[in-house]
Amino acid sequence: MSEIATMLTDAIERLLEARLDDSAMHAARTGIWPSDLWRALEEQGVPLALVPEDAGGFGVDPREALDLIRLFGRHAVPLPLGETMLANAALARAGLPLADGPAALVPIDGAARIAWGRNCRTFVVETATGIARITDATLEHEAIDLAGLPRDAMRFHAPERAAPIPGKLIEHGALVRALQCAGALDRVLELTVAHVAERVQFGRPLSKFQAIQQELAKLAGEVVAASAAADLAADAFIADPADATFAIAVARVRIGEAVGRANGIAHQLHGAIGFTAEHRLHLFTTSLWTWRDEFGGAAHWATRLGDRALAAGKEGFWPMVTAA
Amino acid sequence: MIGFRFPSPPPSPAAEALRAEVRAFLAEALATRSPAARAESWSGFDRDFSRAIGAKGWLGMTWPKRYGGHERSAFERYVVIEEMLAAGAPVAAHWIADRQSGPTLLKFGTEEQKATILPRIAAGELVFCIGMSEPDSGSDLAATRTRATPVDGGWRVTGTKLWTTGAHHADYMILFCRTSGTNSDRQAGTSQLLVDLHATEGVTIRPIIDLAGQHHFNEVHFENAFLPAAALIGAEGGGWDQVMSELAFERSGPERFLSSMQLLLELIAVLREAPGDAARLALGRLTAHLVVLRRLSRGVAALLETGENPAVHAAIVKDLGATFEQDLPEIARALVDAEPDRASTSDFVAVLAHTMLNAPSFSLRGGTREILRGIIARGLGVR
Repeated sequence: MSEIATMLTDAIERLLEARLDDSAMHAARTGIWPSDLWRALEEQGVPLALVPEDAGGFGVDPREALDLIRLFGRHAVPLPLGETMLANAALARAGLPLADGPAALVPIDGAARIAWGRNCRTFVVETATGIARITDATLEHEAIDLAGLPRDAMRFHAPERAAPIPGKLIEHGALVRALQCAGALDRVLELTVAHVAERVQFGRPLSKFQAIQQELAKLAGEVVAASAAADLAADAFIADPADATFAIAVARVRIGEAVGRANGIAHQLHGAIGFTAEHRLHLFTTSLWTWRDEFGGAAHWATRLGDRALAAGKEGFWPMVTAA
Repeated sequence: MIGFRFPSPPPSPAAEALRAEVRAFLAEALATRSPAARAESWSGFDRDFSRAIGAKGWLGMTWPKRYGGHERSAFERYVVIEEMLAAGAPVAAHWIADRQSGPTLLKFGTEEQKATILPRIAAGELVFCIGMSEPDSGSDLAATRTRATPVDGGWRVTGTKLWTTGAHHADYMILFCRTSGTNSDRQAGTSQLLVDLHATEGVTIRPIIDLAGQHHFNEVHFENAFLPAAALIGAEGGGWDQVMSELAFERSGPERFLSSMQLLLELIAVLREAPGDAARLALGRLTAHLVVLRRLSRGVAALLETGENPAVHAAIVKDLGATFEQDLPEIARALVDAEPDRASTSDFVAVLAHTMLNAPSFSLRGGTREILRGIIARGLGVR
């Protein structure tokens, strides 16, 4: 990792460990915007991490900047940080002013469930011809996701003009969620390994039972697959955001499945303890169940991939796979 | 992260340039090979094909030139082997030698072994088999009973190896056996010996027919067979560690998720005739799994290239890969109404039948699923 990315990552890691305790997580789940945390992360420059230097950024390697989103997933940070990073990158590319405060990515038909919509100050809204930067939005309906965090329906005035960008906003958002999932799955594995090493039944730690070990190994396999899938999408997006659809679809389909299996095993191995509100596990699993289906769920992305496979046919399928 | 992040496979323009060459070669060499034959995957045996591959410089690719190798990168080798598997090329005559016997000799063998054997493997001339499993030593490899007793000028070997793939075709075996101590010593006192199957007396090879009626397995019985002292590979008593370093090569390659590739291709051909939502969803899912497995496997290649021994990473690739391969016939039968029949004139139906019958072996060979998961659990620090 480069020096600047290491410094940034270390600073953010310290900040999250100091400020994002369980009470802060629970407060966000009652709809209280974590404004101190947002300000602190804003001061670290997080919203600008993906913006090129000549557009006002500070020169973080884009691949390393995307790894920050994985870190936010690892901590299940209840803020639209990844969205704001990608929104600013898109605005910079489109030659539009950067976002003022927290931002939302709004794909076509994507205004119904916006993370912290009520608190977002800038909306990057996709139209048929590109993106528009909108600051004037009305809250239409408040809702929450499976973790209890705000997902709001917002209404905008139709933008007058839009600037073209490479790639679609649903892909930007899907990439953010893929990276968050990879990070959170890592934490779920960590929590589960720690739990089975501590919890004693029948006179020995659960981790000494082969049945438990086999399940843990399956869990690790899913976490590793999700991590590689997120890397695949991130690499493709950095290489060319206009040509990352396939990789992002792969990541979303594989990660969605990994979340289902990993969450299932993690809860099984945690037993009743992990099914309580008091335990930390659900802070991660409920967000994972949410994130995997935002910006296009399993059916959306699998169908697109399946269409590619069918279009490639028997002869073209393998070349399509090796090109990824 | 508990330390399992796989590296991103680095871009390799040399490997991608080679890919086009390999594809063109295979398109011609395999033009008349039927889908059912292609479905044999890395069990398809053809010495002429292996010699042709050797002549192209596609065996022993990463080995030093002085041993007949070509000093190319692990990623170039990866391209060659994945293209062959995807095309259903008959690679069995060189597969084991190129994948693990050669690398074992290169790493641990004597100068004489390296100088005499490796160039012939690289030329596609030598078939190897792996003498590990025994009647009472399957997953529990350390329970090996085959014993090599030191005698004047060498060893006398007595014991039986079982489920030895390709022994009936093989020129050489790398034998894992006990050379000192007793069975209660477990891993200690085991060694690897190079067995010339043509020149060694007292070796009997009998076929073991598998459930599909195929002859790949064998029983190899050693009755007081003499091996010269020069047959020892590496250190006496170092057998266990040597075998363990071999396994990362054995477990992480593309053959661990491409065994059902021909079925996937035939499935695509059939579904294309009448695509529906179920077909699109299933193919999307399979594509995602395949692309991710390939990335993981290439990540292990990157670790191997830097000289690491990624045993846990390899176990993860093999476990996930075998599950994918085994799911394929189940998914195919749910999408296409067909009774599996190996003699069918429909390529899809014949390949489905072949794959279904062979699928159980995918999570047995090269380390059972349970053993792999035990290795992964140990990697997580809970064993």
